[in-house]
Amino acid sequence: MHRILVVDDSAAIRKAIRRIVEPLGFAVEEAADGRQALTYCAEWGKADVVLLDIDMPVMDGLAFLRELRSLPGIPQPAVIMCTAHNGLPCIEEALALGANEYIMKPFDTEIISSKFQQLGLM
Amino acid sequence: MTSAEDYRFLADMLARHSGIFLGDGKEYLLESRLMPIAEQFDLPDLPALVQRLRQGAGAVLVQATVEAMTTQETLFFRDATPFKALREMILPALVPSRRTQGRRLRIWSAACSTGQEPYSVAMLLATLAPPLGPAEAEIVATDYSPKALARAREGLYSQFEVQRGLPAHLLVRFFTQTPGGFRIAEPLRRWVSYQEHNLLQSASALGQFDVILCRNVLIYFDRPVKRSVFECLTQALAPDGYLLLGAAETPYGVTESLVRAPDPCACPGVYVRNGGRARPAVATVAAMASPQRVAASR
Repeated sequence: MHRILVVDDSAAIRKAIRRIVEPLGFAVEEAADGRQALTYCAEWGKADVVLLDIDMPVMDGLAFLRELRSLPGIPQPAVIMCTAHNGLPCIEEALALGANEYIMKPFDTEIISSKFQQLGLM
Repeated sequence: MTSAEDYRFLADMLARHSGIFLGDGKEYLLESRLMPIAEQFDLPDLPALVQRLRQGAGAVLVQATVEAMTTQETLFFRDATPFKALREMILPALVPSRRTQGRRLRIWSAACSTGQEPYSVAMLLATLAPPLGPAEAEIVATDYSPKALARAREGLYSQFEVQRGLPAHLLVRFFTQTPGGFRIAEPLRRWVSYQEHNLLQSASALGQFDVILCRNVLIYFDRPVKRSVFECLTQALAPDGYLLLGAAETPYGVTESLVRAPDPCACPGVYVRNGGRARPAVATVAAMASPQRVAASR
């Protein structure tokens, strides 16, 4: 079973994602900001895929991504951005920083499963 | 639980915005598709979502609701298999032979609906190494619906549509952003030539094709109609050409003019003329640029 780390400061969004991905067979962990997510990845390293918001307190998603991709010696999860930022330059920047895919909010079940399929997670 | 009144309201809204009729008894569909939307907008349940919509919700919520209810039949790169077959088996076989013959490869997206399939083909060709362009390949796309064709020609897609099946790196590379959505890049838009065509009629006016994609449309026809469509498609197929069907479609039991292609890359749904000259290649040549498969190894 793939383990997914959902990183979003909104509990409602985390719940919405959980509702979609649990029936797809994913085990869900949650983090409310980039710092918590980084601790999870660095100390536990168990996530196969991270679903990542951008605008968050403490550490935003892009800062998390930059740090994650420069962490040596940890298994690197796939990262799917999941954000209200819907401009092509922002997508380009996230991909350049090492994101594997990009979801623009609002999302639905089809969009999330389509991205998982593209990444070979389903 | 969705009340009958809420169900009717949502069905009416869907019909008004998309022309799609939901029919009765799809409550389970609404629940599974709309709860994630409700939660994203901080609404506790479906009645609350319907109430917000009744009160005149913003365009974003209305569109999210309609899109989530729509069964998506026109994804970019719908099903990985035909595109894998094209990339790894069909194009490596056909491209060198057409080059030798000094003529362009001809590809037909039959029943192209709103254009996602032909544009996916164009993106695939453009990301081969080395890329193929209009000088090497012609892409013809047809549909019976003038309305669908008008949308296809416009090449303008909503934020939802460009996220279904289309990898983000291709969105960035091949689309521009406009206030109305995401528009396919002009060179790709001009590459695809759209024509109105009914699959039940002869395709002889369109000429002969090296590759025909006719996917997920034959399932709607009965056997005699299927048979005549298969005959038309076979006549339009070059002796060494390939026909790509949807996963649930087969000519077996309907016509003997088509057989499954010899299958070096294990792609089902690929057919050739019975007694034809198709010789599929074993995958070597063209790999699509960064498909980014990152399935976790653990």
